[in-house]
Amino acid sequence: MKKFLFILTLVLVLSGLFTATTVFAQDGITDDEVNAIAKQLYCPVCENTPLDVCPTEACRQWRELIRLQISQGMTEAEIKQYFVDNYGARVLAEPPRTGLNWLVYILPPLFILAGAFILFRSFREWTKPQIVEAGSSGESDAGEASSPSDTDDYIARFEEEVKKRK
Amino acid sequence: MIAEFGFGILVVSLIVTVYSGIAAVYGVLNKSAGLVESARRAQLLTFPLLTLSSIVLIYLLTNNRFEVSFVYEVTSRSMPTYLQVTAWWGGQAGSLLFWSWLLAVFTSAVTLRKWDRDIEFLPWVIVVSAITLAFFLGMIVFFENPFTRFWLVDGNVVPSMFAPSATATVFTPQDGQGLNPLLRHPGMIIHPPMLYLGFVAYVVPFAFAIAALITGRTDDRWTRITRRWSLWAWLFLTLGLVLGGRWAYDVLGWGGYWGWDPVEIAAFMPWLTGTALLHSTMIQEKRGMLKHWNMILVILTYALVVFGTFLTRSGVLSSVHSFANSPIGPFFMGFVTLTLVSSIALLIKRWPELQSENEMKSMLSREALFLLNNLLFMSILVICFWGVIYPLISELFTGQKVTVGPPYYERATGPLFAGLLFLMAVAPLSAWGHSTLQTLGRAIWKSTLAAAVVTIFLTITYTQNIYALVGFFLVALVLFTTGHEFWRGASARQKSQGENFFAALTRLMGRNRRRYGGYIIHISMALMAIGILGIEIFQKETQGTLAEGESLNIANYTVTYRELASWNSPGEGVNYTRSVVDIYENGVYLGQLAPRIDYYYDAEQNMTIPGQRSTFRDDLYILLVDWQPVSSIGATFKIYVNPLVNWLWIGSIVFLFGIIFAAWPEKDPAEVSVRRKSARDNRQASAAD
Repeated sequence: MKKFLFILTLVLVLSGLFTATTVFAQDGITDDEVNAIAKQLYCPVCENTPLDVCPTEACRQWRELIRLQISQGMTEAEIKQYFVDNYGARVLAEPPRTGLNWLVYILPPLFILAGAFILFRSFREWTKPQIVEAGSSGESDAGEASSPSDTDDYIARFEEEVKKRK
Repeated sequence: MIAEFGFGILVVSLIVTVYSGIAAVYGVLNKSAGLVESARRAQLLTFPLLTLSSIVLIYLLTNNRFEVSFVYEVTSRSMPTYLQVTAWWGGQAGSLLFWSWLLAVFTSAVTLRKWDRDIEFLPWVIVVSAITLAFFLGMIVFFENPFTRFWLVDGNVVPSMFAPSATATVFTPQDGQGLNPLLRHPGMIIHPPMLYLGFVAYVVPFAFAIAALITGRTDDRWTRITRRWSLWAWLFLTLGLVLGGRWAYDVLGWGGYWGWDPVEIAAFMPWLTGTALLHSTMIQEKRGMLKHWNMILVILTYALVVFGTFLTRSGVLSSVHSFANSPIGPFFMGFVTLTLVSSIALLIKRWPELQSENEMKSMLSREALFLLNNLLFMSILVICFWGVIYPLISELFTGQKVTVGPPYYERATGPLFAGLLFLMAVAPLSAWGHSTLQTLGRAIWKSTLAAAVVTIFLTITYTQNIYALVGFFLVALVLFTTGHEFWRGASARQKSQGENFFAALTRLMGRNRRRYGGYIIHISMALMAIGILGIEIFQKETQGTLAEGESLNIANYTVTYRELASWNSPGEGVNYTRSVVDIYENGVYLGQLAPRIDYYYDAEQNMTIPGQRSTFRDDLYILLVDWQPVSSIGATFKIYVNPLVNWLWIGSIVFLFGIIFAAWPEKDPAEVSVRRKSARDNRQASAAD
């Protein structure tokens, strides 16, 4: 029954579209206008291919469908909704912001915040016993130290280093 | 016969590999140097064995032995010999063999090194590489055998290694399907090997890290031994990514180089952890800190490498079903999980022994900024990983298939990449141990001023887009601060040595290869960023169907359709449709371009070859989308103008130079680092070598 209803709707929609073709002229619609919408949609059959660049015959027909829909005066949002209704949410470049899909948008920032928090706390912990060896930064590695704190100091140390290596 | 021979060698390789792993464990537990040596030799034996097996496969590929199903899938009679050879990695089974062969090459090279100072690592390095190799060989032998043949059983063609029944005869198809035409491109010939070289080379640092954890030798020796390995791995991985981008740009026909496809991201994720590792091991070597973190990074990189190998070839992430139906899917995930869990367990066991030798003293010190860099890389990793995995989760729990596409990644990673650029400008100016806002400010104010001037200039002459301007400011800041570092070092040396500036610069760089190589790489990244900003923010496109003589306008360009010809090339099995267009800029004639569509009969597939005109300022990129075959009066073109994208490729060449400069063999790195640590005491010793 469900299948029958689906086919019936499909036939109605398609016949509606084709009769519409004869009524409305599509000439005014440029490829750029079609692509502007197709770009935001993903090919319902190929993996991860935007509809505007997908080379398959099916996609070409879908682009013509978009052209037709524009010529019928459908808005961008309506056309996108049409594709979502017929082919599922996967035709959108991003999951719609509903239900479980919120995880897509919430989890990474949470993770990053947690990372930043851990890092910040570790910094706080590390920097506490600051009094110890305050002047030891110089000992770290003369060859690699690039402290620009004092250019003259840097050059002096550099010269010393060069002499050593000669 | 020959196919059985190839398969037989694979089985022997698997047995030898398993033996080497077991012998190494047994040898080390029973303190038997003889057994460990035997394990080492078994490990070395895998290299000639797998080489032989690969030669057999290449022989089959180049001799049109279509009774072998892998040969049938990836070659055809019309393919030139060099493509038949490279078809080795053109399909799942062959590329797994290629992977294993590379691993055998690397582990052999490692086992041949001088072990005298690190002999305790040896058995465990063998064990880790043997487990990895055995896993891949097991996948090949049991699931993805490149030597499987077609058999005719009661009129049905059945793929099987050996005769499925007594009456079965070998079935040989007339011709093969041929390699996917998209893969018959020079970029695609080098791109997979580069990526795989990068992937496989990361097994070595991982093996040493695990060896260090098991033996409890938790100083920075493992990072010092594997530093050059990591560098080469990183080089190949980066090159693989860049070449993949170039290939996409030249062949895929969507005017871009990167589409945030799960397969691309799978290769990008180990690069993220690898790059973070490259920076944070420096902290361990200089300051004896972050030992835990480096372990985590190297373990993650290894896991992502295996994960990436699996993703790039199997396509299982497209849906839950293809994952469940793929015979190797669950095994791969099982292996990744197992190695991850056992490595982390090992790390936890050694946790207390990996304490830092130094304290973090300032939030602006070099090590603190490196940590921030690591945070940014890990954040990008999380975004990528989640984006790749989420569609599966959604399908699993709600039954709804979703796409996580470029808008998600671009919005989420954009600010993080900007942060990385900023750190690239600032971190080289901060000192190890201690820096203050004042010292940093004093070091950076001139460069900031110069970058600001450049940005103001660009605002007036080029763009008012705020994102672009922020990006260009950061790029300029990186270029100025890094350039300033070169200048400062060289002029200091010039003064002290009385050398001329260029002599001073080259000697200075030659003495600090790693540091200045790193700076060159920073410059290359900034140049690449120019290209990425250009194409991401300023790309323009238009499409239209033209009759001969008609034109399309885009930006300052006019493209006029001249003619179109379509012909067959039976020798190659290709139909070419080549259009010719005239291009003008502001009315001035620039020349002709010839976008075409090649149709491959064997693979029944089109390939769109763009006409490109590339300058430092922008690329004009024209695609032939469609044409009317009968009258050839109308042809549809899609035209992109991709500003600045050339800088991406220029940056990659600079990158190549920088990393080879940094990784160029000098004296034993351990020797040099020891010398640097106590330059005074060791002066004579180092002068001698």
